[in-house]
Amino acid sequence: MNAPMGGMTGAGEEALALLPELLLLLGAVGGLLLGLWTPQHRQWRVRAVVVAACVASAAAAAVVLGDPPTRVFEETWVIDGTTGIVRIVVALSAAVAVVLASSSLAGHPRETEANVLMLLGALGTIALAASGDLLLLVAAYLLASIPLYALAGFAKDAPGTEATLKYYLMGAFVGVLMMVGVTSLVLATGTTGYPELATLLPQAPAALLAMGVIGVLAGVGFKAGAVPVHFWVPDVTAGTTPAMAAYITTIPKIGAVAAAFRLLVEPLAGVPLDVPLLVAVIAALSMTLGNLAAFNQTDVLRLLAYSTVSQVGYLFMAVAVAGRTDLALPALAIYLTGYAITNLGAFAAVAAFPEARSITDWAAAAGRNRWVVVSLVVCLLGLVGTPPTAVFVGKVAVFAAAWDGGLAWLVVLAAVNTVASLFYYLRWIAPAAGGREAPAGGGMDGGSATVVVGRSVRTAPVVTLHLAAVATLVLGVGSGLWLAVVVPG
Amino acid sequence: MLLTVVVLLPLAAAALLLAVPALAGRAAIWVWIAASAADLALVAWMWWRYDPGQGATGVVGNLAYEVDLRWIPTVDAGYHIGVDGLSLPLLALTGVLFLACAVWSLREPDRPRAQAALFLFLQTACLGTFAALDLILFFVFFDLTIVGMYFVIAGWGHDHARRSALKFFLYTFVGSLALLVGFIGLFLGSEERTFDMVALAANPPLTDSPLAAGLVLLAIGLGLAVKTPLFPFHTWLPDAHTDAPAAGSAILAGILLKLGTYGFVRIAMPILPDAWQRWAMVVVVVGVISVLWGAFVALAQTNVKRMIAYTSVNHMGYVLLGLGAAGLVGQADAEARTIATVGALYQMVGHGLLTGALFLLSGVLWSRGRTYAFDSWGGLARPAPVFAALLAVAAFGSLGLPGFASFIAEFQIFTGALQAAPVATVLAVTGILVTAGLFLVALQRLLTGPTAVPSVGEDSGSDDGDAGDVAPSSRPTEGGATATALRRRPATGMRDVHGPELGAVVPLLVLAVLLGLFPRALLDVIEPAAAAVAQLVAR
Repeated sequence: MNAPMGGMTGAGEEALALLPELLLLLGAVGGLLLGLWTPQHRQWRVRAVVVAACVASAAAAAVVLGDPPTRVFEETWVIDGTTGIVRIVVALSAAVAVVLASSSLAGHPRETEANVLMLLGALGTIALAASGDLLLLVAAYLLASIPLYALAGFAKDAPGTEATLKYYLMGAFVGVLMMVGVTSLVLATGTTGYPELATLLPQAPAALLAMGVIGVLAGVGFKAGAVPVHFWVPDVTAGTTPAMAAYITTIPKIGAVAAAFRLLVEPLAGVPLDVPLLVAVIAALSMTLGNLAAFNQTDVLRLLAYSTVSQVGYLFMAVAVAGRTDLALPALAIYLTGYAITNLGAFAAVAAFPEARSITDWAAAAGRNRWVVVSLVVCLLGLVGTPPTAVFVGKVAVFAAAWDGGLAWLVVLAAVNTVASLFYYLRWIAPAAGGREAPAGGGMDGGSATVVVGRSVRTAPVVTLHLAAVATLVLGVGSGLWLAVVVPG
Repeated sequence: MLLTVVVLLPLAAAALLLAVPALAGRAAIWVWIAASAADLALVAWMWWRYDPGQGATGVVGNLAYEVDLRWIPTVDAGYHIGVDGLSLPLLALTGVLFLACAVWSLREPDRPRAQAALFLFLQTACLGTFAALDLILFFVFFDLTIVGMYFVIAGWGHDHARRSALKFFLYTFVGSLALLVGFIGLFLGSEERTFDMVALAANPPLTDSPLAAGLVLLAIGLGLAVKTPLFPFHTWLPDAHTDAPAAGSAILAGILLKLGTYGFVRIAMPILPDAWQRWAMVVVVVGVISVLWGAFVALAQTNVKRMIAYTSVNHMGYVLLGLGAAGLVGQADAEARTIATVGALYQMVGHGLLTGALFLLSGVLWSRGRTYAFDSWGGLARPAPVFAALLAVAAFGSLGLPGFASFIAEFQIFTGALQAAPVATVLAVTGILVTAGLFLVALQRLLTGPTAVPSVGEDSGSDDGDAGDVAPSSRPTEGGATATALRRRPATGMRDVHGPELGAVVPLLVLAVLLGLFPRALLDVIEPAAAAVAQLVAR
């Protein structure tokens, strides 16, 4: 893909347009090299380099946010508002995930590798969102997948290995499906660039077109964890460590949803198939099945895993109406950001007490720590979409966009699903909030106290949780400012 | 600016309470009282300076203390708050009732720091809902009241508090999402694509598509009906009330139910006038069914608190009857419709004061005997004459005796509605008879006859326990109420209403009487806004 480097005039400028991505790459390479020459107990340096690269990347992306949309490297790499949002959110989320993972990774012999892989996955995610060409989309899919396979099984324990295997097999299968889809679209039109596809696809043969649409959507749906290619989500989330689960369920989703958004706006906009309806059905299935499956979960990670599946459903509502209403892009921008923050916060709550896997264990472990419970309540109610959190604004915007795009039935379904989701989030909130009261009211029952003593509390996740809770409230209240910055006009 | 301070002051006090650990025990309650009192003083100042104007004003113009800041320009949602004749009485009611609950909580502090912070948070949410002039802002505060009340019931309730709280949360959350869908419908249906209530009321959306307007009204009506609550969406109410703490019940019935009825007056009527006119008869019918259903089911209750809860359904039914009648433009003249609206608004204030007092008094029963069952109590007039007197006053006020606020309200509702919906009004009047009967029966059971007080060992209502943060005697699991319920003690053992309890209940009843004797003070504020609503509906 990077063939034109150097040879063409202005290639330097084009490379400069990719400064945020280059910074991430630089951070990954630099971190890897630094890690090789750094003793085990000073590995925090690598972490600092990686976090600094993420922040610098986000800053570089923020600087060029208001610029007019451009396409670089033979129009394969699109830099516009959508890319800008994804660049910022992914880079910052990756930084948060690195910090979040620091507690469980500290002292680990392969700590550097984990941090570098997280950066590379983030780079792949941004590439997904920025792809203006089917081949780049495939390459980005691989770059956003392969580091994650390694991360999923990073602990090298039995559940992690099983999770990785499942993740890898499913990823490989969907990857093939996606390539078949891309091949079909190339067969139908003879091109891979989105702008040409947009003009040629409306005349393409229906069978090839259908195969292509299904394949490509399967690919982005897999990265997003949408139904029906979501089966890896609960197993990977529950099999890996909480910090890695936070990364895997947050970062690739952002790029995948943005990639789906771009596909619907550009190449698939004028096709004779009702692609928006297909996406709407995917959205409906994701939110419904995700919620239904989450109902009876007692493992906090599995509960959150299914919750992320249902959240993808709401995100895909904005994708379904992409290009059909002006509200779609702001809706996507605010929901993606809010989801990333809130989801990281919820997983941070799990990572704070890594030994507590069930809801009751978690409540017992957090019992003494009132502020952790408060922040968890904010994050979980945030995922429900309770005002004034960011996801609430996102939900309002997504609902308005979907209705405006002619999908009123989906809005009603999403509202019903939101109520349903409240039920299982409350299953976690109620014992957690109750656990706070038991010691405050009684104090003398030694039974729960002895349970608490054995638990370790990790600092970095607790800090992350509090920051996420505050950030989701701040973004909810300041959503107007955020939207004015990322979606000007 | 002043209004912003009024809305956010309780929240700031809550943050202070949580941030300063030294404010534990009774000090937390005193901070709460001080914050609520200061807030009420500010509302009183606002009322003093408020000029209701002449003729029909408010709703779409002449809004006092208005603040309009951009918040989410993409969907034109803003921080738009203001006060008119619809919201000012309810803001004042919120201030009064929360102060009463603060004073009440001096009685037996139970984890007072968290409790005070939660109630102050709830107060901000309630004030914000009444002050909001933007649909999204309204929804934000509206939803926060649900969250706050969930934790009040789950954390401080008794018996099946967890389950009732969950039921409350799920039911009202369903309602609030229906409301949200309706709001989005209004947004998309409006010409200028805005969530601003004033702009929407000035230029109503969806006027050219009756079907869409009807569906949007259905969504909004559903959301508000759950909150109000109207038959058949009232089933969460008795459970929530029965298991909530006394102060929580008082707020739930006194303020939170008003959020529903207020939503009808503030949003449904002025913004969807066509649809409201078209479906006004349905509103009237639902109102009358609620009146009768609430009254008859209340009559059958064996639990004091459940009975009071069902009378709330009954009283909110009157409000809907009045508001529905205000929409029957073809059948009634402007004056009658205005009177019906005024009555509905007056009923909100009157019901808030009286039901708040009734629920606080039922809390006296719980603290003395850990049960609300009618058959556990009897002849309380002898050991507790003050309690008996207060209960009698509150009950007579609630059944609509002349001299109380409810009488003014119900009289105006019936007067205004009679012309437009005579059959419905006559049916609703029979509801008054049933309520009168049930309150008299309740008084008779509780206050007369041989004295019976359930024995629960110690009198946990005493405040010399100096409980501080730990109040073991008030743990919800304590003292199996059902086991002790039937053991009667022919004792004179009930401690009468005293100290903070008096300080909380008496002002509410005094206000209810004052509003019954001198209605002008409130009517002067309400009437112009009610006239404006009646005019806007008739468009």
